[in-house]
Amino acid sequence: MSIRLYGSPFSTSTARVLAAISEIGLEVELVHVDLYSGEHKHDSHVEKNPFGQVPVLEDDEFVVFESRVITRYLVRKYGKKSGLLKEDNPRDAAAVDQWMEVETQHFNKPVATLVYQHLFRPHFDGVAADEKVVAEEVEKLEKVLDVYEGKLSKTKFLAGDSYSLADVHHVPYGHYLVTRTPHASLIDSRPHVKAWWDAVYSRPASKTATETLVMTP
Amino acid sequence: MVLKLYGSPVSTCTGRVVAVIEEIGLEYELVPVDLTTGEHKRPPHIERNPFGQIPALADGDLVLFESRVITRYLVRKYGKGSHLLKEHTPEEAAAVDQWIEVEVQHFNGPISTLVYQHLFLPVFYGGKTDEKVVAVEVEKLGKVLDVYEAKLSKSKFLAGDYYSLADLHHLTYGHYLLTTTPHASLFHSRPHVKAWWESIASRPASKKVTAALSFTS
Repeated sequence: MSIRLYGSPFSTSTARVLAAISEIGLEVELVHVDLYSGEHKHDSHVEKNPFGQVPVLEDDEFVVFESRVITRYLVRKYGKKSGLLKEDNPRDAAAVDQWMEVETQHFNKPVATLVYQHLFRPHFDGVAADEKVVAEEVEKLEKVLDVYEGKLSKTKFLAGDSYSLADVHHVPYGHYLVTRTPHASLIDSRPHVKAWWDAVYSRPASKTATETLVMTP
Repeated sequence: MVLKLYGSPVSTCTGRVVAVIEEIGLEYELVPVDLTTGEHKRPPHIERNPFGQIPALADGDLVLFESRVITRYLVRKYGKGSHLLKEHTPEEAAAVDQWIEVEVQHFNGPISTLVYQHLFLPVFYGGKTDEKVVAVEVEKLGKVLDVYEAKLSKSKFLAGDYYSLADLHHLTYGHYLLTTTPHASLFHSRPHVKAWWESIASRPASKKVTAALSFTS
C-alpha cells in the first residue's frame, strides 16, 4: 500500500487533507509541490490535477484531486471507525454533508478572501489589504457565523454531538483567520462558535495539520 | 409521506433537486417560496434554511438545505437503483465526488455570474449587463470547459461511462447559459462537451426540469 499526498506547506487545501489523515492515523508520504516555482502548473502535475492545483492524492494507481473529495475518500477507505462520516444511514450522512456544503458555499469564500487580503497579498505582492473588500467580507462572515452560533447552541459540533469531517474542513482557514488576520474577534465574540472552535483547534490532528501552515519569507 | 420541496420552478438550485426527483421517480410537492416578497428571508422558511435560500426539503421530520446535499440524500435514501451515486467502493464514490466538487469549485462560479449578468440582473433588477465582468467570466469558463473537453474525450460522462449526479448538477445552469445568454458557443465549440450536454439535456427527467426553467418577459 502506497499513499502519496502531493501538496505544499502553506496551502490550506493540503492542510485540510493532513487534518483528516491525522484524525484517522494514516501513514502517508508527503511530496512537496513547489508553488513558488509554478510546479503545480507543469505538465507532470497537471496530468494529476487538470486544474493545476494542490493537493492530489495517489493511492497506488488511484489518483484523486480536490481536498474535500480526498478527505471523504480517505475516511471511507481507511477511517470508517473514526466516525468522521456517518454513512450508515442517509439521514446522518446528510447532516455531515450539509455542513460540509455550508463550509464550501458560505464560510470558505469570505474567510479565504480575508486571509488573502491580510496575509497572502502583502506576503506575495507587497500590497496592503484593500479595506473596502475587507469590510464587505467581514460583514458577510458575520452573518455566516451568526448562523453557526445558532446551530452550535443546539449541538456540540456542526453535524451533531460528535466530531465530523464538516468540522475538520474548517481547520486550515480557521487557523489563518484567528492567527494571521485582525478578525479573531468574529469567532471570540460568539460564545458557542468560540467553544466549538477551541474544541476543534485543540485536537492533536488540528495541531499537526496547522503546524504545516508556515510561509517561507 | 410526500416529500415537500420548498423552492421555485425557475430556480437553478430547485431545478437541480427536481432533476433527481424525476430521475428516481418520486412523489413530491413543490411548495412555492416567493422570492419577490422576501419570503425566503423570514419565518417559516428561514427556520428550514438559516441562510435564507431555496430550496429546502422536508422528508417527514427531516429538513435539509443546500441543493447538492438534498440530491445526495435522495439518491442514497430512495434512488440506490438509479446509479446516480456509485457508493460500492471508495474509489467509485470518489470519482463521482470529484466531478461534483469540480462543478461547485470551478464551473458554478463563472456560469452563475454569466447567467446573473445576462438574465437575472436585467429581468429582475432592471440592471445593465456589465460587459467587463462578462469578459472575465467567459475566459474563466472557457478554461474550465477545456478541462471538461479533455475529460469527456476519455469517458462518456464526467465520472465515467455512466450518468451520475456529477453530470446532473450541471443541468440547470447549463440550460440557462445556452438559452438566455449569448455564450452557447462555449459548449457548442467543444465537440465532446457538446455531445455530453446533448446526452444530459435529452433525458426525459432533464426535459421536465428545463421546461419549467423559463421566464416570460
